[in-house]
Amino acid sequence: MKAVTLTIDGRAISVPNGSTVLDAIRKAGIYVPTLCHDAVLKPYGACRLCIVQIKGMRGLPTSCTTPVAEGMVVTTETEEIQRIRRTIVELAIANHPYGCLVCDKSEECELLNVARYVGAQQSSVDRMRRASLNKAVDTSNPAFDFDPNKCILCGKCVRICNEVVGRGAIDFAYRGQNTLVCTFGGRPLALSACQNCGECVEYCPTGALSAKQTIIPQREVKTVCPYCGVGCSMLLGVRGQKIVRVRAAKENSVNTEGLCVKGRYGLDFVNHPDRLTRPLIRRDDAPKGAARRKPADDFREADWNEALDRVAQGLARVRDESGADAIGVISSAKCTNEDNYIIQKFARAALGTNNVDHCARLCHASTVAAALAAFGDGAMSNSISDIDCANVLFVIGSNTTECHPIIGRRIKRAVKFNGAKLIVADPRSIELAEMADVHLNHFPGTDIALLNGIMREIVTRNLYDKKFVTERCEDFEPFLESLDRYPLEAVEEATGVAREKIQQAAMVFGKAKRAAVLYGMGITQHTTGTDNVKAVANLLMLTGNLGRRGTGFSPLRGQNNVQGSCDMGALPTVFPGYQRVSDPQVRAKFEQAWGRKLSDQPGRTLTEMFQTIHDDKIKALYVVGENPTLSEPDAEHAKGALAKLDFLVVQDIFLTETAQMADVVLPATSFAEKDGTFTNTERRVQLVRKAIEPLGETRVDWQIIADVSARMGYPMNYSSAADIMEEVAQLTPIYGGIHYDRLENGGLQWPCWNRRHKGTPILHKDKFTRGRGKFHVVHDNPPAELPTRAYPLVLNTGRILEHWHTGSMSHRSRVLEAIASESSIEISHVDAAQLGIEEGDTVSVSSRRGTVRTKARKTGRVKPGEAFMAFHWWDAPANLLTNPVLDPQAKIPEFKVASVRTMLAVLERAAEDNAFLSALAENPAGILKSYDLTPEHRSALMNGDIAAIEKWVGPLEERLKVWLKARLKQENLAEV
Amino acid sequence: MRALDVKGFIGLEEAIELIRSEFEGRPDELIPMLQRVQNAIGYLPEEALLEIARATRLPAARIFGVVTFYAQFRLRPVGKYIIRVCRGTACHVSGSALILQDIQNHLQVAPGQTTKDGLFTLETVACFGSCALAPVVVVNDSVYGLMDSLKTRKLIEEIREKHGAIVARAGVEKGDRNGLRIFEG
Ligand code: SF4
Ligand code: SF4
Ligand code: SF4
Ligand code: FES
Ligand code: FES
Repeated sequence: MKAVTLTIDGRAISVPNGSTVLDAIRKAGIYVPTLCHDAVLKPYGACRLCIVQIKGMRGLPTSCTTPVAEGMVVTTETEEIQRIRRTIVELAIANHPYGCLVCDKSEECELLNVARYVGAQQSSVDRMRRASLNKAVDTSNPAFDFDPNKCILCGKCVRICNEVVGRGAIDFAYRGQNTLVCTFGGRPLALSACQNCGECVEYCPTGALSAKQTIIPQREVKTVCPYCGVGCSMLLGVRGQKIVRVRAAKENSVNTEGLCVKGRYGLDFVNHPDRLTRPLIRRDDAPKGAARRKPADDFREADWNEALDRVAQGLARVRDESGADAIGVISSAKCTNEDNYIIQKFARAALGTNNVDHCARLCHASTVAAALAAFGDGAMSNSISDIDCANVLFVIGSNTTECHPIIGRRIKRAVKFNGAKLIVADPRSIELAEMADVHLNHFPGTDIALLNGIMREIVTRNLYDKKFVTERCEDFEPFLESLDRYPLEAVEEATGVAREKIQQAAMVFGKAKRAAVLYGMGITQHTTGTDNVKAVANLLMLTGNLGRRGTGFSPLRGQNNVQGSCDMGALPTVFPGYQRVSDPQVRAKFEQAWGRKLSDQPGRTLTEMFQTIHDDKIKALYVVGENPTLSEPDAEHAKGALAKLDFLVVQDIFLTETAQMADVVLPATSFAEKDGTFTNTERRVQLVRKAIEPLGETRVDWQIIADVSARMGYPMNYSSAADIMEEVAQLTPIYGGIHYDRLENGGLQWPCWNRRHKGTPILHKDKFTRGRGKFHVVHDNPPAELPTRAYPLVLNTGRILEHWHTGSMSHRSRVLEAIASESSIEISHVDAAQLGIEEGDTVSVSSRRGTVRTKARKTGRVKPGEAFMAFHWWDAPANLLTNPVLDPQAKIPEFKVASVRTMLAVLERAAEDNAFLSALAENPAGILKSYDLTPEHRSALMNGDIAAIEKWVGPLEERLKVWLKARLKQENLAEV
Repeated sequence: MRALDVKGFIGLEEAIELIRSEFEGRPDELIPMLQRVQNAIGYLPEEALLEIARATRLPAARIFGVVTFYAQFRLRPVGKYIIRVCRGTACHVSGSALILQDIQNHLQVAPGQTTKDGLFTLETVACFGSCALAPVVVVNDSVYGLMDSLKTRKLIEEIREKHGAIVARAGVEKGDRNGLRIFEG
């Protein structure tokens, strides 16, 4: 960009064209007070503190809104300016309480700074002071308070919430003296659209918005969020050995939009009293699965030596008796790359088995399988920042704003401010669907029909990229032919989406210069998961949307380090860097490096491990930082498997539901207590830095494993996490250039081949990793379980914004738990009405595999016939209901489709031994017509005479009476 | 005596339908949308604002801000008869403050409020442009000039009586949802 030169207080300064005068002033190193300006926000010009004198311009323009021009002559301070600034500040303080000494924000209060700078006078403030400072303080939010009396109406919070967070939960309301920052309808924040991210609190220049618990940190440590795969950089504010504050670090392009509620307020689990601090060994008199008393009572504390000996002996015994393949190792996507590397090395070299896997099996196994086949690389092809450059964003099967909130913000910003078009395919009306140009609310499990239908339209309208297809891809012809089976009418019928919408989606996507597809578990967690992903790959190749900025294939990885765990080879078929265990050359390389003969047999996947425990093929399991009792489909089955094991070791930070079944529990450190690296969803390897000392006797995961390994005769000697990464770099070409000293400034995106390589923001630039992109023929296949009369609702499962997976971390966060303390099931108004279910009723949800109780939430987000439940709660485990059928290619379970029925819990209880009630409960209106009723009974029913009915069927609970009355109305008995 | 007009309002669902059918949903249609809904329902219920938010894709909080910024918008239901007392200079010097005070006592409502029976809403206005007739009181769209406390009281009572009669005769309470305009017989 062209540079512009101007003079500021007599000094010449050059800035890029398009800068503001304030930018130039700052660049000149001159201080000008501001209250409403922030570099991340659009120029606003409300406080007028930043006024300057510019030669040739009338009045005193605000420097934050005035663009620079060549040759401008700017004076930043004159006596007049000083006087005006002082008055402005005095006016602002005039209506502000004098409580600075006890204000939590005083240390960082910009108003205070500015007041000092301009020299506000007590006498003039007193003169302007209005008596009343009695606006009510909103303390409803669990994380922060809003005191309007301290608000100076700078509008930063309003603009942050709109421009950066994309939520618009607050705005100015009323006017004149009554102007107020306010939610819709003046509701308390807790009941408003606010998502509790705290972004506004961070930017508020005064104490108006301030955190509930403010303890000033002694130091800040830069690290990476341990929750989701976005991988936001953050600063942990530490006081003593406690995390007391979290702020976003502006480290790289990952989270220019700040942090979500989990990252900012969800890290107090680290210092939670439930943390395991000493190794535990199961008592001899406490058999597994008996659960007779408090879980912790089943164990006794032990010292590390004893516990590690136990583990080594237990594993050695199984290995000697039944062979190494009778041991399974489950690694963790919560752990660092270094931990994962050591864990898989332990399994392969120390134990001698490829039975190592982790939870990627449950989320993106299908992505890895399909993308390897189509492109040769199983990861996101472009970067998160590519969202800013796309003309069209197609989000399918991802509730991005809740599950990858910071990427969600980026999408919202792209749509609101860059004019990007948004297509959303999701059975639910999620937040993004509401702002979408096209929302395709297809039936669950019909993604292939939908995508093929769209592609057929693109081809028919000649909108596909012939050049890309012929020059860079292969196997196009059979694919093209296969689309013949998807004419609009058929697709409309299969997916339930109106053909106009399919056509519209095809037009929008097909015509886009740069389009990206972002998807999540809605695509992968199906029996057709791998094929679904292949269909996504086909769409991108067909339209040539790969290898360029603003395009790409974007599987949104779930866990903070699930990408890294895959990269590190915590998978049964590959060594680090996706090098196949079946390849003799690769094996030879690792055998030489690790000094052991290595198995060429692919190991068992996580889902298969649980199945084969029942066949006695797996006898011991070493689980690191995972909680399969809640995360596996058909959780009851998984729990049974764990109880059946000869030996179970669990290494974790809490006594999770899985750890409660263990023989030995080893206490590990959390992310805040160790060094290492996480690799986020855009393949960026980022540094995790130790912020506090390990709690109690906890130890770092890789060190624990190394100790067990040494006891089993395979010592591993590393001095630090960085040391481990050196070994990784040597053996893993795609990590070849990853060294700690290169990661200090924002990390590197793999493949990074060597020390000089700068990393790869965009994959498949000129050619695909596998050479040519491969089209696959994929066809629509129904989900394994379809709704029936007995189980009429299709249950979809997933996550919500405020919680994480099985909740062992997020349920232990005060704020997160306060916001969302209870599980619930989302059902449509129509179904609720039919079932006589009201908001907040306790309902029982059953599938062919089990029953859970939860609260009903009526919502327009789900369609009639569908329901949604998150799987974060142990007392209402959605995975008791889910179907364990697997995708045959990637062995990923179908978490997204299960058939269930819901019923009022009181009704279910009552109906158990009451044929009449169960008939009413289970059947559509009109059932009583077929009953042979006595005249008294008939009249009791007809008149809804509950007292008479009670005489006949026994006493009924209050809620049940209400239900029965409503239900009897549907019967229309009078017409009989 | 002149025509007595009763405000007739439509229901919320109809109003929502109206937002969908009469507007494209462009953000710059916000004010006309709000005016249209208020004209039709008499005020701006939250559900209607949320629907406008959906239609325009503006944040609901922004719309709330706009509604509370302009004096013309109401968030609470209004009575069938809106009594506006002018507080402009001309009316003020002719004693409009006394009239206002008297109505407040008489109806037991402050400006901006509606009587319990839902019949009257009291409002004040800066100037009606009928200064020659000061002090001025306006009921719905009818202007009454040269008023004083006594006359205003009488007017109010007259309206109350006539309204009662009309209701008794024509069942207006039912019919008024369809925007019926009733004139005295
Ligand atoms: S916490 Fe986040 S969502 Fe809530 S008002 Fe502040 S910025 Fe908006
Ligand atoms: S709450 Fe804070 S950020 Fe928001 S307008 Fe008031 S002073 Fe500014
Ligand atoms: S978006 Fe993900 S990585 Fe970022 S703060 Fe939230 S949970 Fe952490
Ligand atoms: S900083 Fe420029 S007007 Fe507020
Ligand atoms: S001052 Fe009352 S009408 Fe003008």
